[in-house]
Amino acid sequence: MHSPSHAPSAPTLVERLARPLPPLPGLDDTLSHSIRGRSLWADARRRFLRNRAALASLVILTVIVLLCAFGALPSPHAFDEPDFDNMHVAPATDTAHWFGTDNLGRDLYVRTLLGGRISLMVGALGALVAVLIGTLYGATAGFLGGKTDSVMMRFLEILASFPVMFLVILLMTFFGRELWLIFLAIGAVSWLDMARIVRGQTLSLKRKEFVEAARVCGVSRWGIITRHIVPNVLGIVAVYATLLVPSMILFESFLSYLGLGVQEPMTSWGALLEQGAKSIEAAPWELGFPAAFLITTLFCFNFIGDGLRDALDPKDR
Amino acid sequence: MLKLILRRLLLEALPTLLVLVTVTFFLIRLAPGGPFSSEANMPPEVMAAIAAKYRLNQPAWQQYLGYLADLARGDFGPSFKYKDFTVNDLVWAAVPVSFRLGLMAFVVAVVVGIAAGVTAALRQNSWVDYSVMGIAMIGVVLPNFVLAPVLALVFAIGLKWLPAGGWEGGKLIYVVLPVAVLCQHYISVIARITRGSMIEVLGSPFIRTARAKGLPAGYILRRHALRPALLPVISYLGPAFVGIITGSVVVETFFGIPGIGQLFVNGALNRDYPMVLGLTILIGALTIFFNAVVHILYGFIDPRIRIH
Repeated sequence: MHSPSHAPSAPTLVERLARPLPPLPGLDDTLSHSIRGRSLWADARRRFLRNRAALASLVILTVIVLLCAFGALPSPHAFDEPDFDNMHVAPATDTAHWFGTDNLGRDLYVRTLLGGRISLMVGALGALVAVLIGTLYGATAGFLGGKTDSVMMRFLEILASFPVMFLVILLMTFFGRELWLIFLAIGAVSWLDMARIVRGQTLSLKRKEFVEAARVCGVSRWGIITRHIVPNVLGIVAVYATLLVPSMILFESFLSYLGLGVQEPMTSWGALLEQGAKSIEAAPWELGFPAAFLITTLFCFNFIGDGLRDALDPKDR
Repeated sequence: MLKLILRRLLLEALPTLLVLVTVTFFLIRLAPGGPFSSEANMPPEVMAAIAAKYRLNQPAWQQYLGYLADLARGDFGPSFKYKDFTVNDLVWAAVPVSFRLGLMAFVVAVVVGIAAGVTAALRQNSWVDYSVMGIAMIGVVLPNFVLAPVLALVFAIGLKWLPAGGWEGGKLIYVVLPVAVLCQHYISVIARITRGSMIEVLGSPFIRTARAKGLPAGYILRRHALRPALLPVISYLGPAFVGIITGSVVVETFFGIPGIGQLFVNGALNRDYPMVLGLTILIGALTIFFNAVVHILYGFIDPRIRIH
């Protein structure tokens, strides 16, 4: 503000502030007219886009998602229709079985993409459930503190020492293998870490001045949690959500592999892998294609998660 | 120290176990259908006799208390599926198998994982670091149910070096593939954790001081750096142990190993309630106990924890 003026006749302060800044070389024109604060998100985006592995993963993942959504359209085969002339055949273009067929003669290309749809959906929805429960739980515990916090954390510890996988297997076998139950079961047991992380963040956030200001203004506790605490922990939540999706997909695959997940004729990558593993000697493509899709997807999510962490986590800067 | 151990075991581990028993018990009671509902055309007297034998004619709370009393004596009750066996017979036959498998995988994972992580950290950003971390990334992502058939195809069917399945009392050649599949993920995770915390510790002032004093590098690593660097690894050992037990479900199913993982899956598919309940409680107790041990161990290594 007190920088020496270069203008011949010294302009008033108001005039100086109103004048547009001289354009900076190499910067976009629209930016040069006013100094724009770089928000946390803009900053993070810039850093993320510089991370080549994460960016490439994002592109590949988009391709996989689009393939799973629309890739089955050009194929003449249906996912549950056996082709009796071509059972257990290797990938071929003349029969339009691009990935071959399985032991019942069903087209593996269509089934892999359909399985991907289910796997990705389970991953995304499971992560969403976990994120919602975990964030709210952690933010509430951390913000309220005191007795409430210790009771809530104790409850968390009890849940954390449950043999979760076994309880889920138990749930799936005794209560039927419905898709929504898989979402719910996977999501409901995976929010614990998220809650812990968010609680830690909240504890440090709630002593910040802007939260105190909100309290002085009479904002309700719930309002402070949802409007001030939660938005500020979103960065770290985004990172862990991205890393949660692959573990959700793995979890679902694990269930399907044991025959407890998605039921025939629907399928998921885990269910396809289970069949593929059985006939790996005779038909390695039955394992190969779903495994390639699954592993590529898991890789992408992990790289994107790492990229997001580098972009959003101030600790590693 | 003793106080911490007692508090951890009596005030935290035991109540948690009780909650687990209660939740699992009533969850199973809530489930529709029963183990005997599939046996068609049974005379009502026989049904009644079966119900009486397995305490199914009592109200739920009485069954629960009876079960707790049995449990306190270490009795898991009769198996519904294998009618001449108790759950205890079946479980204690399977436990040594799973324990042996899990312990080997655990030891391999910890030793190899820490060694790989320390190696990578000491040569940060070199080709050694990149290749170790690259392999670790693959290990984190690769599911064991993909690795198992691939390894079996290569080493059992292709090269014929190792058997593709079976246990045969735990002979070494039968153990190699299952252990490799089981520990693969944990080697990778432990290596990544070790590398991260080791790099952080090596950059801290007290290491610089030790270096400035002219201490030899190996001595600094062993006496100063390793202990704080292993703290995050130790807190991961609890989840790793649980994961290895859980992972043994897939490994045991694939390689046909008669351990608790296979027993559990079969029990669940057969609706063998006492079996599933007993195994859940057993594994839950192990999990809870192991978490407590890790916590106590943590307090032993990091004196700051003991104060709380």
